[in-house]
Amino acid sequence: MAGKRPQPARTQAPVVQRLHLRYAKRGNLRFASHRDFARALERAVRRAGVPIAYSQGFTPHPKISYAGAAPTGVASSAEYLELALRERTDPAAVARALDAALPSGLDVVEAVEAGPGGLADRIDASAWRIEIPGLTVERAAAAVTTFLAATEIHVGRVTKRGERILDVRGPIVRLLVKGEADVAPSGVEGLPCAILDLVVRHVIPTVRPDDVLTGLRAVADLELCESPRATRLAQGGLAAEGEIVDPLAADRDAADWQTSSA
Amino acid sequence: MSMASVFSRLERLLPRVSRPIQYVGGELGTVAKDWDSVAVRWALMYPDTYEVGLPNQGVQILYEILNEMPDVLAERTYAVRPDLEVLLREEGIPQFTLENHRPVGAFDLLGVSFATELCYTNLLTALDLAGIPVTSADRDERHPIVVAGGHGAFNPEPIADFIDAAVLGDGEEAVRDITGIVRDWKAEGRPGGRDGVLLRLARTERVYVPRFYDVEYAPDGRIRRVLPNRAGVPSRIGKYTTTELDRWPHPKRPIVPVAETVHERYAVEIFRGCTRGCRFCQAGMITRPVRERSIASIGAMVARGLEFSGFCEVGLMSLSSADHSEIDAICSGLGDRYAESNVSLSLPSTRVDAFNITLAEGLARNGRRTGLTFAPEGGSERIRRVINKMVSEEDLIRTVVAAYSSGWRSVKLYFMCGLPTETDEDVLQIARLAHEVIRAGRVAVGSKDIRATVSIGGFIPKPHTPFQWAPACPPEVIDHRIRLLKQAINANKSLGRAIGIRYSDGESSVVEGLLARGDRRVGAVIRAVWEAGGRFDGWSEHFSFARWQQAAQVELKPFGIDVEWYTTRERAEDEVLPWDHLDPGLDREWLWQEWDNALAENERDDCRWAGCADCGVCPSQGVDIEIGPTGGRLLPS
Repeated sequence: MAGKRPQPARTQAPVVQRLHLRYAKRGNLRFASHRDFARALERAVRRAGVPIAYSQGFTPHPKISYAGAAPTGVASSAEYLELALRERTDPAAVARALDAALPSGLDVVEAVEAGPGGLADRIDASAWRIEIPGLTVERAAAAVTTFLAATEIHVGRVTKRGERILDVRGPIVRLLVKGEADVAPSGVEGLPCAILDLVVRHVIPTVRPDDVLTGLRAVADLELCESPRATRLAQGGLAAEGEIVDPLAADRDAADWQTSSA
Repeated sequence: MSMASVFSRLERLLPRVSRPIQYVGGELGTVAKDWDSVAVRWALMYPDTYEVGLPNQGVQILYEILNEMPDVLAERTYAVRPDLEVLLREEGIPQFTLENHRPVGAFDLLGVSFATELCYTNLLTALDLAGIPVTSADRDERHPIVVAGGHGAFNPEPIADFIDAAVLGDGEEAVRDITGIVRDWKAEGRPGGRDGVLLRLARTERVYVPRFYDVEYAPDGRIRRVLPNRAGVPSRIGKYTTTELDRWPHPKRPIVPVAETVHERYAVEIFRGCTRGCRFCQAGMITRPVRERSIASIGAMVARGLEFSGFCEVGLMSLSSADHSEIDAICSGLGDRYAESNVSLSLPSTRVDAFNITLAEGLARNGRRTGLTFAPEGGSERIRRVINKMVSEEDLIRTVVAAYSSGWRSVKLYFMCGLPTETDEDVLQIARLAHEVIRAGRVAVGSKDIRATVSIGGFIPKPHTPFQWAPACPPEVIDHRIRLLKQAINANKSLGRAIGIRYSDGESSVVEGLLARGDRRVGAVIRAVWEAGGRFDGWSEHFSFARWQQAAQVELKPFGIDVEWYTTRERAEDEVLPWDHLDPGLDREWLWQEWDNALAENERDDCRWAGCADCGVCPSQGVDIEIGPTGGRLLPS
């Protein structure tokens, strides 16, 4: 259809710099969906005057690419994206300006100039903290033990295309009871609230914290009176000990190498 | 009622509902004031979902004006979706505002803006969830005063039992006046209780308080008369008219949602009112006269609005934007200003002439084209004379072909079906026009790669228009004509392939017609529908025609009338209409003359260019047409 339309006379300025950003989605704004975040960021880019590069064509889009995204309703302090710029700009200044232009709760934490390679190649796993109101540490520990003893745990997840069955045990790298929160997230006093520490490998489809909880409920017959609250603490490469490698470390190394060789 | 935040209780429910972000608040451009620092507190509601209601200009303007007053606060509330409604009822959480998640029942006033009658059931849900008695007569001093505004307020009789007051016309000064009256009444220790403050409002002669009027009916079901039942209450209620739009540059700080909404743009109202005189158009009758915003003020608002919001789309809003006296300079000026950016500019196009294409091209200098819609409204020249939409067939074809030649590949053509005096032939002319447009377009462009979408709306006669006396067309006749039209369009396979057809649902038009020209007896129908689960009647997935039919049958029977009595019945000149005591300034005799002119197929010119047509609005309101050119410039450059 559009083939016969003349291309717009104006062409977009080329990309001269790429930045990698870590951002957070927390507080009430954890209820934002990924699309909501993407729209808010595009507006923040315009308000902050960041010299973003645009794609070519009839409806140019700002060049922003995301590495995964936490589900709606789930907080995260470790989300990543890449910005392509048409002018060289100080990464720290971009981080500050974007953070100021975004609503509080959608926060840009840091920015570095991108080295070689994409973010997606550096992210294999996530570390999560899950707070489960109404669950004591003892019951949580028993459930986790039963869960880890299994080799496969299949649970269903309702998607737009119907129910999908996935194995929630396979990708678990680490699952342990971290302790008990002083107060449940909802602020209800006297309610126990166990905290789980979870590291999960990224597989397709991604196993999310709520899938793991569904699995725990299935093997240990847990009844939960309130919605658990999950927060992604880290994303990145998976080290031997089950630790997460900061995906921006490679960019910093590249920058250091450039500085020292200059 | 406690004003404490309900957020911690609400937060637990949010993981279980669709699009929870819409209930969180905290958007850019919002204001969260200290509850105890103010004298008067408004909750403002648009009675549809957040995604539909948030962009509403009326609410955003009043929100800003009220919050700019130091001793006033305004917070917003929208209709909660059915999934959250169920959970709120289970948990006993009331309807809340978004700024501080306060219970709506704790406010002094609840202002509700009605752009469409199909939101009436949502009003009842919100009142009930808020703990406010649904029937106005059951409320006392503890409850907010429920004020209706928007175009629906020009005939609020169907919701007269549920609201305390209605305001006709522009809200800018109305909310200030109402705030002042409530502030004084509270400061004086609420003398006279609820009736005391309502009486003060009614005596301004510009706020309608339904409870101070009695409606008497004749044995045949028609209204005999409407009379005030209290001393000092006026027999007719006037409307508010804001003049000098440049003094009201709102919204300055548009609300920027995180959630997805139906319009994501900075909208600037470039003028208010329209005197084209289309006889079907309620907006064009009740918003007279035309008051323009100056080019300089428009330029400044757009610059500031974009900078503040980060929006990348601008809407130049009005009832017929191409009619602004300096529209050419506005469009080319903005087109130049944003030529090197990725901001897209749009003009709601209803005028059907080549000038529109020039404007659209001026706006699209950076290659960002928005859709073009032309609204000939009627298919035949004859029916266009009836509705006073003066467009010739040649003009229409020339305009659409010009659009194709300028690079638009698709245009939308808007028509109505079910107009007074309409025949099958009038509607079939739409097919001929659409064929002609495609045929001429293909020749002009030298390609088959063009399309037209024909969009058909069912005509609904509205109060305060020349068609307020007209019989509505029965839905089965409209359905039949649309079927004939589809066949006629597709009779030519080659041309038909390039034409898409969209049409609105005839059943919801019947309900809209009942509510639009209804009287107080229709209130019982609304209530029965709501009690039977009616919500979001403007949404096809929630609307149930059967529910309305059943409720109407039961509730209207005691009065010896039915739905058709309200919709397809023609009214005589001397019949007392339910809204006759509500006065937008239009001379009733002039409206009747225009009804006669419609039947005689006589056209009437626009008073901006052809001299006063004596509609009565300017003298009764003490206002004048306010149009340019000002000769000003689009600042800042």
